[in-house]
Amino acid sequence: MSVQTWTYLLVGITFALYIGIAIWSRAGSTKEFYVAGGGVSPLANGMATAADWMSAASFISMAGIIAFAGYDGSVYLMGWTGGYVLLALLLAPYLRKFGKFTVPDFIGERYYSNTARMVAVFCALIVSFTYVAGQMRGVGVVFSRFLQVEIDTGVIIGMVIVLFYAVLGGMKGITYTQVAQYCVLIFAFMVPAIFISFQMTGNPIPQMGMGATFNDGSGVFLLDRLNGLSTELGFAEYTDGSKSMVDVFAITLALMVGTAGLPHVIVRFFTVKRVKDARKSAGLALLLIAILYTTAPAISVFSKINLINTVSKQPYIDMPLWFKNWEETGLLSFDDKNKDGLIQYLADPNQNELTVDNDIMVLANPEIANLPAWVIALVAAGGLAAALSTAAGLLLVISSSVSHDLIKKIFLPNISEKGELWSARIAATVAVVVAGYFGIHPPGFVAAVVALAFGLAAASFFPAIVLGIFYKKMNKEGAIGGMIVGISLMLFYMAKFKLGWLGEIPDKSEWWFGISPEGFGTVAMIVNFIVAIVINKFTPEPPLEVQEIVEHIRIPSGAGNAIEH
Amino acid sequence: MEDKQKKATAYWKENVRYLFILLFIWFVVSFGAGILFKDYLNTFKLGGFKLGFWFAQQGAIYVFVVLIFVYVYLMNKLDKKYGYNE
Repeated sequence: MSVQTWTYLLVGITFALYIGIAIWSRAGSTKEFYVAGGGVSPLANGMATAADWMSAASFISMAGIIAFAGYDGSVYLMGWTGGYVLLALLLAPYLRKFGKFTVPDFIGERYYSNTARMVAVFCALIVSFTYVAGQMRGVGVVFSRFLQVEIDTGVIIGMVIVLFYAVLGGMKGITYTQVAQYCVLIFAFMVPAIFISFQMTGNPIPQMGMGATFNDGSGVFLLDRLNGLSTELGFAEYTDGSKSMVDVFAITLALMVGTAGLPHVIVRFFTVKRVKDARKSAGLALLLIAILYTTAPAISVFSKINLINTVSKQPYIDMPLWFKNWEETGLLSFDDKNKDGLIQYLADPNQNELTVDNDIMVLANPEIANLPAWVIALVAAGGLAAALSTAAGLLLVISSSVSHDLIKKIFLPNISEKGELWSARIAATVAVVVAGYFGIHPPGFVAAVVALAFGLAAASFFPAIVLGIFYKKMNKEGAIGGMIVGISLMLFYMAKFKLGWLGEIPDKSEWWFGISPEGFGTVAMIVNFIVAIVINKFTPEPPLEVQEIVEHIRIPSGAGNAIEH
Repeated sequence: MEDKQKKATAYWKENVRYLFILLFIWFVVSFGAGILFKDYLNTFKLGGFKLGFWFAQQGAIYVFVVLIFVYVYLMNKLDKKYGYNE
């Protein structure tokens, strides 16, 4: 069978599976819609969290980014996993004990203020929309390459599928579809990696193959060869980066803290039964995530070596079929500057003739390594699973922020359960349409936008939640002030240094403290903490009953009854 | 009531102590070994890996997973000790 037939088959089967699960797990109450009824097992929640978490960026873009960034790519590996340690230790158990439906819900109750709730809703919407746009774009990219449709058509197909199960099933539908999506995406990621690792090194475990020698009897380590090839072509050594240490530090911290502050991840821990289940499922989630995250850098090494060997100084007319296929999508391009018919892939931009988009490295990897057609099709199904699962989780945050925090808690407190459920569904529908619009008219390329969402989450939620749990006397004035200053500062820095909304984008040398926009979440977070604590010193203490709530959430037992305070 | 309060305070203190220890390790393997001291560690090799590079792209992640499970184990024990388990 051809790649095309396999792709239709595998994508068709997985989509049918997701829709089947959605019909089976329709939500009947708001509690089912928001937190899947609160009785999800730790393992199911771990799998769902992993799928929720691993987005189009993790699946499609990350290995490619690392392949081109080398050591600098470590910021994503450590940043997007280390955040789970913060989440498990500092947030998940306490938020589960608190037992509410959304993150703004926690902020609103803990800081006894609807203003705080509104600020949190605003932050949640900005973070989630920034992030979801990247996912819809990812869906479009996969569709356009593997099913030969326009990127825009791909985005619309993705919208319809997500709409179907997110609107019908709410959190309950999303949870069980995410469990299935985890299985699809991890299988799709690992199969080609194991094939290629075995092909190149004779060791089927990619994590070990990465540090092994070629199996051609030369006894040369892969990483040594890659360092040699990189310097030969004028790039930095692969195992050394070119970013400054302070920037690597700041980006890693911003991604970690951002991970812990992302509402769609936090809310997953509201779905388990007990506090101890929340802790355990955080551990399981990270374990399941780590399988992909320790494999990705191995794929980067394999695919970079394969790419250089296939193209460097080779005649253009001898290029294999995949090269032409990817040229058509515009993600790969060759410009024969010196007209010698050979491909020069070099660090020097004046002589380099090959432009490779990061996203290709995972998507084209099986083709570059000559793997069977079904493996290539599997990667398409996996990429879609990763993008759809994350998009659904984000849409739920958006719809619950609107229906629960805005409509029920602020504007229409007397709304019926049924009315709230319908407003959640309508909000989800509107959110899908807006996300689709951003997918078709993206504000930037996938990974850049996603990386900034972390900065925003780090700058807004993380300090307010941590202080809310660990600092009993933290009051609303401090928390609100901190969130507003934090997110405004981050938005300003993004607008100035990344998006160019405030005139021309200034040179790197003008970055504050030498920190890039991706890493600036760290600075904005520190400012948030400082502002919050200083304001807190000059304003009245929180009421006694709020301080009692804080003592209450520090004790793990009795979480099941904590829904109503 | 007084006793209950004392118990809760003692439990919280032990919990926070665990957090400090575990987060210290979290910091050392990632920001320490993977970033601040990676150039020094890169003078050692682990198979085909330079050691600092290995921590940044592999080792830190393994330690993160272990840290959470150690935390789960410690907290379950602590919950039992104070009778907060369920």
